Amino acid sequence: MTRTPVVAGWFTHDSGEEDFRLLGTRCTACFSVFFPREDSFCRNPGCGGGELTEVPLSRRGRVWSYTDGRYRPPAPYVSDPETEWEPYTLLAVELAAERMVVLGQAVPGVSVADLTVGMEVEAVPGVLNEDAGTVWTTWHWRPVEEAR
Amino acid sequence: MTAGDIAVLGAGMHPWGKWGHSFVRYGTVAARAALADAGVDWRRVRSVIGADTVRGGYPGYVAGATFARALGWQGARITSVYAACASGAQAIGAARAQILAGLADVVLVVGADAAPKGFFAPAGGDRPDDPDWLRFRLLGATNPAYFALYARRRMALHGETPDDYALVKVKNAAAGALNPHARYRKAVSAGEVAASPVVADPLRLLDICATSDGAAALVLSSLEFARRHGAADPVRIRAVSTIGPVYPRTVIDLPDIATDSALAVDPSPHSFRASIAREAYDEAGVGPEDLSLAEVYDLSTALELEWYEDLGLCGPGEGAKLIRDGTTALGGRIPVNVSGGLASFGEAVPAQAIAQVCELTWQLRGTAGERQVPGARTGIAANQGLFGHGSAVVAVR
Repeated sequence: MTRTPVVAGWFTHDSGEEDFRLLGTRCTACFSVFFPREDSFCRNPGCGGGELTEVPLSRRGRVWSYTDGRYRPPAPYVSDPETEWEPYTLLAVELAAERMVVLGQAVPGVSVADLTVGMEVEAVPGVLNEDAGTVWTTWHWRPVEEAR
Repeated sequence: MTAGDIAVLGAGMHPWGKWGHSFVRYGTVAARAALADAGVDWRRVRSVIGADTVRGGYPGYVAGATFARALGWQGARITSVYAACASGAQAIGAARAQILAGLADVVLVVGADAAPKGFFAPAGGDRPDDPDWLRFRLLGATNPAYFALYARRRMALHGETPDDYALVKVKNAAAGALNPHARYRKAVSAGEVAASPVVADPLRLLDICATSDGAAALVLSSLEFARRHGAADPVRIRAVSTIGPVYPRTVIDLPDIATDSALAVDPSPHSFRASIAREAYDEAGVGPEDLSLAEVYDLSTALELEWYEDLGLCGPGEGAKLIRDGTTALGGRIPVNVSGGLASFGEAVPAQAIAQVCELTWQLRGTAGERQVPGARTGIAANQGLFGHGSAVVAVR
């Protein structure tokens, strides 16, 4: 089985959990940060446009909001229609240093009952789905307390 | 009267539901109803503007021509627009621009949809450069998931509860029961909302709008044409706001996976939704205190409360008070969604913003029957389309 990021260049691939980071880009002229990465042009309307360079995002943030998916989402979300649907938890996480909010699924086993707005979470490597030859990797948010 | 006014000569709908027909049939029914209401012969219409459906196959992207063909080719100017849920507002905005520019004196605007059952899903294929495809592939984030994120945030910030949200459904269902064009025409109790299954915590099935078939149409004209046509005091559209957001956007919005960063530029003090309404108020020269009624996009019950604040009907975080004390119910100080709203219609994307203006038209004419807001003079219709499309219309009489 090969481990392949579900989308290339959005997070560190070969690092261990300690060094895992979401990857965005930063404009060298105005310092705006973009995630998902913006590689062509800075989107700040007041910026003349600088070079966009890759930048790791803060590993930790605070829960802006959260929900779950009680029903199977349509394709292209991958799930086995033969098995019973297992709800997953979705988080919106505020990164203070970047002044932005980033979505992501929670690590498996974390439910909405485990979460509160403002709680500290961290980005960790996760698995989205597996098929014949590939483990598709992604990022997950995990409550910081749980990690200890 | 102001220089930006145009007249609403006719309004018509095909009832919302799940009828199993083509969007062309729905749109044609609505168009014929609007033309009959206006007393205008179709052959006299100089421009037809279609709000596109993306689910009708190829003709769905060229709705203007599709409806013109169905009504019988007569050589009118044709326009087709797509702006997600704001498609109807852009169609009305295009009609207004053509009328004010003197390019056409009578314009037919039509939006119709035949919606699939269940969650809206992105177009097929492997398209990793499309944010709408990505949010499903990576996160399984359906539209209700975003509505639920907003609702949970409001609960944490403002102390709202699911009981407050249920009150919105109860109010809108009661109004929809009085509307012959609505899909759902029966009262709903708070207990029924609470007993419906959770779709995306904290929202339940009855907190979230369905997807529907439906169509709405308007016949719009210059005031000069209206006068000659014998409509001395028509409902007038005074403002159409189709603005986009201002960078940086700090509220996560469908279909995005992250907000903009506010690192380099401080965010505007007004949310995008609030700025949509402000633009319409400014253009019309009215304010929230002038409103007789409002139609807002209640994709979820919680989102309706957010619109109260965005329209300036109350201060930030005070939305729940208005639903608790009946301010926004029929008979209250400022009734909202007396049509029954999306809660009673379900969403027929390209038709919905036009349907909102149909309701304003009937209310301002005083012909809304049992759901009439007494003495209605000024109304606003507001919504927001995916990908950054504002939509607000102010109508007056």
